[in-house]
Amino acid sequence: MTTVLSQFSILCLYSAMGVYALAFIAFAMDLARRGALATVAEASAALPSATARRAQSATAASAVGRRGPDGASSTRVATATLTPGGPAGRGMEHDEVQRSIARSASLKVGITLLTFGFVLHLAADILRGIAAARVPWANMFEFSMTGTLIIVGVFLLVSLRYDVKFLGAFISGLVLVLLGVSTVRYYVDVVPLPPALQSYWLVIHVLVASLATGMFAIGFALSVVQLLQARRESLLAEAKAVKLRFLATLPTSATLENLSYRANIVGFILWTFTLIAGAIWAEKAWGKYWGWDTKEVWTFIIWVVYAGYIHARATRGWRGSRSAWLAIIGFSAVMFNFGIVNIFFKGLHSYSGL
Amino acid sequence: MKLSFTGWLRWFWRQLTSMRTALFLLLLLAIAAVPGSLVPQRGADPNGVTQFFEANPKLAPILDSFQLFDVYTSVWFSAIYLLLFASLIGCVIPRTAHHLRALRAKPPKTPIRLNRMAGYTTRTIAAAEPLSPRRGSAQAARAQAGTDASGAAIESARAMLRKLRYRVAIFTHPDGVSVSAERGYLRETGNLVFHIALLGILFAVGFGSGFGYDGQRVVVEGQTFVNALVNYDTFNPGRFVKGGNTLAPYSIGVQKLDVDYETQNKHAVGQPLDYTAHVTTRQGNDASVQKATIKVNEPLSIGGSQVYLLGNGVAPTITVRNAKGTVVFHDSVPFVPQDSNLTSLGVVKVPDGLSSQIGMIGFFYPTKHELPNKTFTSSFPGFNDPMLSLNVYSGDLGLDAGVPRSVYSLDISTMTQLTGGKTAVKPIELVPGATAALPNGMGTISLDGVKRYVSLSVHHDPTIGWVLFFSVCIVAGLLTSLFVPRRRVWVKVAAQADGSLLVEYAGLARGDDPGLDAAVAAIADEHAAQCGAVQHDDAAQQDDSDLEIHPVSEKIPEKKET
Repeated sequence: MTTVLSQFSILCLYSAMGVYALAFIAFAMDLARRGALATVAEASAALPSATARRAQSATAASAVGRRGPDGASSTRVATATLTPGGPAGRGMEHDEVQRSIARSASLKVGITLLTFGFVLHLAADILRGIAAARVPWANMFEFSMTGTLIIVGVFLLVSLRYDVKFLGAFISGLVLVLLGVSTVRYYVDVVPLPPALQSYWLVIHVLVASLATGMFAIGFALSVVQLLQARRESLLAEAKAVKLRFLATLPTSATLENLSYRANIVGFILWTFTLIAGAIWAEKAWGKYWGWDTKEVWTFIIWVVYAGYIHARATRGWRGSRSAWLAIIGFSAVMFNFGIVNIFFKGLHSYSGL
Repeated sequence: MKLSFTGWLRWFWRQLTSMRTALFLLLLLAIAAVPGSLVPQRGADPNGVTQFFEANPKLAPILDSFQLFDVYTSVWFSAIYLLLFASLIGCVIPRTAHHLRALRAKPPKTPIRLNRMAGYTTRTIAAAEPLSPRRGSAQAARAQAGTDASGAAIESARAMLRKLRYRVAIFTHPDGVSVSAERGYLRETGNLVFHIALLGILFAVGFGSGFGYDGQRVVVEGQTFVNALVNYDTFNPGRFVKGGNTLAPYSIGVQKLDVDYETQNKHAVGQPLDYTAHVTTRQGNDASVQKATIKVNEPLSIGGSQVYLLGNGVAPTITVRNAKGTVVFHDSVPFVPQDSNLTSLGVVKVPDGLSSQIGMIGFFYPTKHELPNKTFTSSFPGFNDPMLSLNVYSGDLGLDAGVPRSVYSLDISTMTQLTGGKTAVKPIELVPGATAALPNGMGTISLDGVKRYVSLSVHHDPTIGWVLFFSVCIVAGLLTSLFVPRRRVWVKVAAQADGSLLVEYAGLARGDDPGLDAAVAAIADEHAAQCGAVQHDDAAQQDDSDLEIHPVSEKIPEKKET
């Protein structure tokens, strides 16, 4: 029975990976389409002066940003860059661009596929849990499977409320790579829980850590786009040529920064809770709430980096790109903690099952 | 210009408590924590340190001189976090004072140009006809009615904001009346609670490590552990723990260790499923005996300490008789597990009663399995087919020299091997209940049975409750400081030339506040509905006229956040 269920589970997982791959293609096509649209809009506007073109591109960017939750601040940015009495016909092309993006078939297909992949992925996870008769996150393979499931779930949830669908390519790509590595390298058969893991803290501690990872992943992606956008904005300000034209259809770097910050502070709180829940569990299982175990060390490092990120946003000269780099370093450390520390570092958290 | 000594001190303190320094120290702390995960640490992995020294005899002493095997207690790591906490204190104290003042203060005066503020919007209340014309000109009557109406509008705004838990103050201006309101003081409270709780954790941990202790003891089934210093195998007292009789008086008798291993799942045969130690406890002079169990995730709480089941193993019960049949040795000897199937290695030392001192190195296999090369291993940790195999050495055990010797190792350099190895004499092999002859007619050895032992770890940490308390404060403080919006809202009513009233609404974010504009709009809508005001179409556009690139909130001089 266990074997049959876990075989069904892995079948579902492979199917989910296939669907994620298709979703990735759809999202990539959407980005390509955005690039084309931005180019067309810019060409059709055919504005004579660089100043006007700059204003136009900024408007294009912020027009999209306006649809976001942080509409207010981006509206301010938009109106700020509008030169009074600018070309009147300009608005039309941008409405056109905006509408095209909204009804972009590839974006809708991407989200639909991602949702479908998520359902398959969820089925795989639940089947694995039933097969093992416990929560499906007790070794590296199961943790990868559940962690990526949560990353996709968090992304789908967040994109219901905020306009972050453009991150679909990143999220589906990341999840695909992680699942690929974990099915090839980390797969282990269903085995019972060792006594040290037999605790309800396994449910709480690991689940909250995965949720935090999901939020950090989104914050990371937003920070990367923010940096690209900030670079584009500064190039435009100097009236230089820009690459990655799809950025013109994305929110402004200021909006992206705010979105990234929201994602990261939610992640930070969840991470703080992970740290404390882990300490409480460590006290129960190992008799020491903090022993500078390698995994504890890295969890602490990640916590400090994100604490730095939050402080950086309140420090003059660090808001913007510098703090974005800290968010990127933070998520890199999360990935390092997950992929490298679990496997190669010696410590008490040796539950990878490898 | 030359700074005086106190001038320098003040300069240094200002630098230390600046946000930039705090950020720098935070990032430095993150970097400084990294080497401790790359190099084994004495605290977490003392055996790893020993192995590292053996593997890298040249490099290890150099690393050691930089305290890289004790990173988290090293001078440099301590310096970073102590500076960070000093910076924190220097920040928290003035901010607490400031916040306490702010908690008692009225909201500040309404700014003159509200249209520069966030979420600016306006509504108009139509001119009210005076109900009972008074003496004097019609204009005066209208003005009087206008004042009444604006008073009513302001009062309704004040009441509404009060209900929304804003702190309010009314100000009069040359051109009208306004309510200045502020809410979200909890944000700063949470922020201060978070940072003070961090300090609390530091002190609680420091205090706990100074006054706590931990110790380990191996207890074989049937034996009793009495909590006294001499009864610990290892004991690590905190800096301020005095030896002697300061330990809580209690005893723990280990009756039985129940073990359960997987037998069905072919991918996990032999994997432990459960360890349960059944114990009896007795506290102080209390003669009553309590029954209890200790499991891996369920420590026993006794005498202000926690007792953990950290490990287990096998302890063969061995009896050695001399040639005359007199018992010269009888004990259950704890063996050290060598693998997950409990192949265990142990040493039996018989110093007296035989023709010469003998030492035996034994391997115990719970379920013996013969390998192709004729040696044995264990294939399952349960006692399915147990066997004890012993190599006997005779000679000086070195016990009489007064040098401490480990009970788990045998120094065979001055001893003669009598069985096994190159002696061509088969090692002694015993199953439970069996007896075999010792070489050279020295006597006999019997394996009476096999017991299990538990490795108990006793932790006494007097401040653990405080650490938990501060941890809860950290989460609570963090949640409020990041999610409670601190914002100011203004409602200003001004009479216009035609007798109608212009109501202006605006807000100011103090800290991250993505919902500010929506909040101001909601207040405007509700207030307008109460006062029967209408929205001007042109008013909505007006606010865009002279805004600047940065959100207004960023123009407010930055307050340092701790």
